Amino acid sequence: MSDTNTGPVSETAMITVNGLSKTFRTGVGRATVAALDDVSLVVEAGSCLAVVGESGSGKTTLARIIVGLESADSGTVAVSGRVVAHRASRRELRRRASEIQMVFQDPQSSLNRRLPVQTAVDEVLRVHTSLGRDARRLRCSELFALVGLSDEHLRALPEELSGGQRQRVAIARALAADPSVIILDESVAALDVTVQGQILALLDELRTAKGLTYLFITHDLSVVQLIADQVVVMRRGKIVERGATADVLGRPRHPYTQLLLACAPRPGWKPQRGVIRALREEITS
Amino acid sequence: MMLDIRSLSLSIAVDGGPKEILHDVTLAVGRGEAVGLVGESGSGKSMTLRSVLRTEPRNATVTGAIALDGVDVLSLKGEPLRQLRAHQIAMIAQNPHAVLNPVLPISRYLVEGMHDAQGLSVAAARLRAGELLEQVGIDGVDRVLASYPHQLSGGMLQRVVIAGAIAGKPSLILADEPTTALDVTTQAEVMAILDDCRRELGMALLFVTHDLDLAAAVCDRINVMKDGVVVETGVPDQLRDHPAHPYTQQLMDSRPASIMWSPSDGSGE
Repeated sequence: MSDTNTGPVSETAMITVNGLSKTFRTGVGRATVAALDDVSLVVEAGSCLAVVGESGSGKTTLARIIVGLESADSGTVAVSGRVVAHRASRRELRRRASEIQMVFQDPQSSLNRRLPVQTAVDEVLRVHTSLGRDARRLRCSELFALVGLSDEHLRALPEELSGGQRQRVAIARALAADPSVIILDESVAALDVTVQGQILALLDELRTAKGLTYLFITHDLSVVQLIADQVVVMRRGKIVERGATADVLGRPRHPYTQLLLACAPRPGWKPQRGVIRALREEITS
Repeated sequence: MMLDIRSLSLSIAVDGGPKEILHDVTLAVGRGEAVGLVGESGSGKSMTLRSVLRTEPRNATVTGAIALDGVDVLSLKGEPLRQLRAHQIAMIAQNPHAVLNPVLPISRYLVEGMHDAQGLSVAAARLRAGELLEQVGIDGVDRVLASYPHQLSGGMLQRVVIAGAIAGKPSLILADEPTTALDVTTQAEVMAILDDCRRELGMALLFVTHDLDLAAAVCDRINVMKDGVVVETGVPDQLRDHPAHPYTQQLMDSRPASIMWSPSDGSGE
């Protein structure tokens, strides 16, 4: 059930991805694997689109191409209606970074463990704003307050903060560039469930307050339910289903979406070998 | 009770005095019973499990009592402790790569295990290894037996570890986040397999996880842990409908009331 229809061309699209394909070579042999196969989607301004899939679905490759960390073999990415180049120049990357920021699963990757966490935020302010030193210090403090941290956290080293606090720093860092879009790549996956809820609530507040657009990469359907308006389901580089969150989660049409839902732990749920096997057979048939 | 943990406290010497990791933990697992130990990071759930196998850190001070079939586990050392680990308790950890030797094929792991622990002949052990892999839902048993760990997926490896765990027919399986590193669909399948095997063979299970819903799916009773303390024990339905401790309530509230389709809803059309 291949679905390449992105719906009517939207005036309010923040991100438009059209026919994106990407092939990776595996190892030294000639074998190639399609990480993305003709993927098209639209993220409306101010909305949150969740991209759901398991490992190998291509969801992270999609995110990396949109921010410019990776180039596609074919297809286009447009941000605010402007098509961005395949192989981006430094200048283009900087421009894109002021529009799109990314928050990763592990904030350690964007924080230097030897430096106070405010340096990570300050660095972004230095690159993306013309603020002087004192103004940047003030802005750091404002950004920390915005994500629920206090001034005493500014000078802390990453290891002195909890996982949730570090992820708040990563969000402050993303906000420092004043982007219109934040790509969240499994940004709450490594957190304890009670902390997860707090970070999702924070992200939701920020989206409303600042009119942000989110592309949320996740494997967790509970996270989708909590934060996304729209969802696309990916499997082996292809989008197999898309729609409003309540429709896709409540009335899934593709057997792969049904399989994901049949396997998602929730109150009263039991894993059933028979159901899983039957759905897997339906997918491959 | 088969496994009886009473007033278990454990502290570790750090700079500036002992740090208490477990405080007065009391829990029990009956014969053939599945018991969950649910908590977030740092709650002490894994340390409780390690204490049962006596693999807690060397500088830990342990007080209280752990009894397995009436035997005082905390006083065991040497050969009796090795016997306990070889025959009565099997462990399934989060990362199968930590258990499987990367330079040996899967067959060696299973066959050697059974040859050493149960004294089976190599030929008999080889036959039994095939049966066990079929039992954990592996098709193409010969191919898997000849494979090296890096050639198999995480879900496949965890099934091999489960096969190894049930091979010795232990009375108790300890599982520490066995599916946390797996994709959701693989997690559900591996959990269902572990649950089926355990029931068929009448083994007890002590299941450590951060996922309350996952524990509720396969456990008869659940202990909720926070900061080294068991804050609440109950059957899954009771915990869900009438949580007594505010922390249990908090865990429950952090997951949304589900709007999700389930297979019993019909075809989904």
